[in-house]
Amino acid sequence: MRLTGRVHKFGDNINTDYIISGKYKFKTLDMDELAKHLFEDLEPGFYNRIDPGDFIVAGSNFGCGSSREQAPLVIKHAGISSVIACSFSRIFYRNSINVGLPLIEYDTSRISQGDELIVDLENGTISNKTKGEMIEARTLPRIMREILKEGGLVPYFKKYKGFRF
Amino acid sequence: MPKTISEKILSNHCSKSVYAGDIAICNIDFAFAQDGTSPLAIRAFKKMGGKSVFDREKVAFVIDHSSPSPNEAISALHRLMRKFADLHEIKVYDIGSGVCHQVIPEGGHVFPGSLVIGADSHTCTYGAINAFSTGVGSTDLAAAFVSGKLWFKVPETIKIEIVGRLPYGVYAKDLILHIIGDLGANGANYKAVEFTGSVVEDLSVDARFTIANMVTEAGAKVGIFTVDDKTREWLRKYYRKPINPVLPDPDANYVDIKRYDVSSLQPQIASPHAVDNVCRVSDLSSVKINQAFLGTCTNGRLEDLRIGASILKGRRVHPQVRLIIAPASRLIYLEAIKEGILQVLVEAGGVVVTPGCGCCVGTHNGIPSDFERVISTSNRNFQGRMGNRRAFIYLASPATVAASSITGKITDPREFL
Ligand code: SF4
Repeated sequence: MRLTGRVHKFGDNINTDYIISGKYKFKTLDMDELAKHLFEDLEPGFYNRIDPGDFIVAGSNFGCGSSREQAPLVIKHAGISSVIACSFSRIFYRNSINVGLPLIEYDTSRISQGDELIVDLENGTISNKTKGEMIEARTLPRIMREILKEGGLVPYFKKYKGFRF
Repeated sequence: MPKTISEKILSNHCSKSVYAGDIAICNIDFAFAQDGTSPLAIRAFKKMGGKSVFDREKVAFVIDHSSPSPNEAISALHRLMRKFADLHEIKVYDIGSGVCHQVIPEGGHVFPGSLVIGADSHTCTYGAINAFSTGVGSTDLAAAFVSGKLWFKVPETIKIEIVGRLPYGVYAKDLILHIIGDLGANGANYKAVEFTGSVVEDLSVDARFTIANMVTEAGAKVGIFTVDDKTREWLRKYYRKPINPVLPDPDANYVDIKRYDVSSLQPQIASPHAVDNVCRVSDLSSVKINQAFLGTCTNGRLEDLRIGASILKGRRVHPQVRLIIAPASRLIYLEAIKEGILQVLVEAGGVVVTPGCGCCVGTHNGIPSDFERVISTSNRNFQGRMGNRRAFIYLASPATVAASSITGKITDPREFL
């Protein structure tokens, strides 16, 4: 899978309440509707600045806080193709793979707001077109890539009726 | 190659040798969800085309987060759970049973060496009895319900050795708050923690549950203890089959080994709005409080209620403080009645609510008002955690919470012991 887009940069410890404010969380299970409120408290109007395929790039411990799956779902439904961060909180990491949102764990200090990236998930590379740099991140383990390829664990299970290994 | 406890348990559940960093697809011994996470899990189960659960003895639902239901929306979710459970003939621990993390081990579903997942972040609690147990999302849970399996990244392990002697009036809660303050909220992210040392051996199983419960606040996947006579005695009450405890190999590979001498540790407290924002209770001794909460999967066990009662016996809760008590399970509730503990707490002015999560997660049973301060025995003090973003939550031991409820301000419990 090759992903192309621009960078929206965030800092450390972005918790699930910043991703989607708690006040919307219980209102609806319609993720396209919730997606309009992505990062609303932190950066009002953020949703309107996203072009399909864009990346969220952040510091350490992205996605800390609640274990609800709404957070990665909302990011995915807002059109973000992948999140790249120095580290993720544990359950957010699992949930993202399971709902089909690719994550890349890599030192993001040299990636800036607005940079244009091409990410190759199969080979684990990030090429920064704006800076003319090529980064060799780690590839995701095979099972995760397969889940992502199907669009998440639900379609994966629907297709294979269980884990394939 | 030598293995840590986590590497051994995960290897045993995928029938090959796996080590830190490997991906394993493991067989699950038990899987459950609570009323906050079941609805999405049920939806994912249906979307996956799930026809039946893999083994109806190995799954359950617990209704503890909003229990009994405070409104019709939640009543509808509870009904959805009960209907699903009825259809698939699985167990529901319904209202009044208690908090999932007490009810699941008391139900005999967890044993040394077992692999347990729960759609709740504090599922790490059962490491106290030598299980590999961890919190997962609703889709994970649905996958486990369908297949009996789940993918795991085998965690690296930090070994934490606790030595010295806990001083009088200082408890397991103070110890784990101190450790989280030191590691930081992200300090053990993705990792397992193994607890050893003379202090751990002295602790009761209840106290070990308190410690294992909170490792997720440092990002950890699980906090594991080995089995000793105390564990065996605890298990004899709730689990009737023979056990096979899992020990780490002597030269197992740890990413870090930490040692804490707790001989001069003082009562600890976490201030709003982060669990790793920890200092000594005595540093905050003029801070007034409005509500005190004794309960939760961290500190709602018999030992905790006993400590609370020993401090409140013959005393009164401060007139400007509300003391709320939620026993962690029906069994604990009954034992606390038998021992006269609840009598003491109610006579002192406390209010006992249904066994379950109580006001921990802000759905019912005591939501604080704007600008109020709450001192709680729970495990999280994030902004809005108890249902009001303008309230302030402090985390401390049952002794500190009981002592503070008497004086109306944050109080070192040793004044009352
Ligand atoms: S008592 Fe609190 S922390 Fe424990 S399971 Fe319930 S809501 Fe979660």
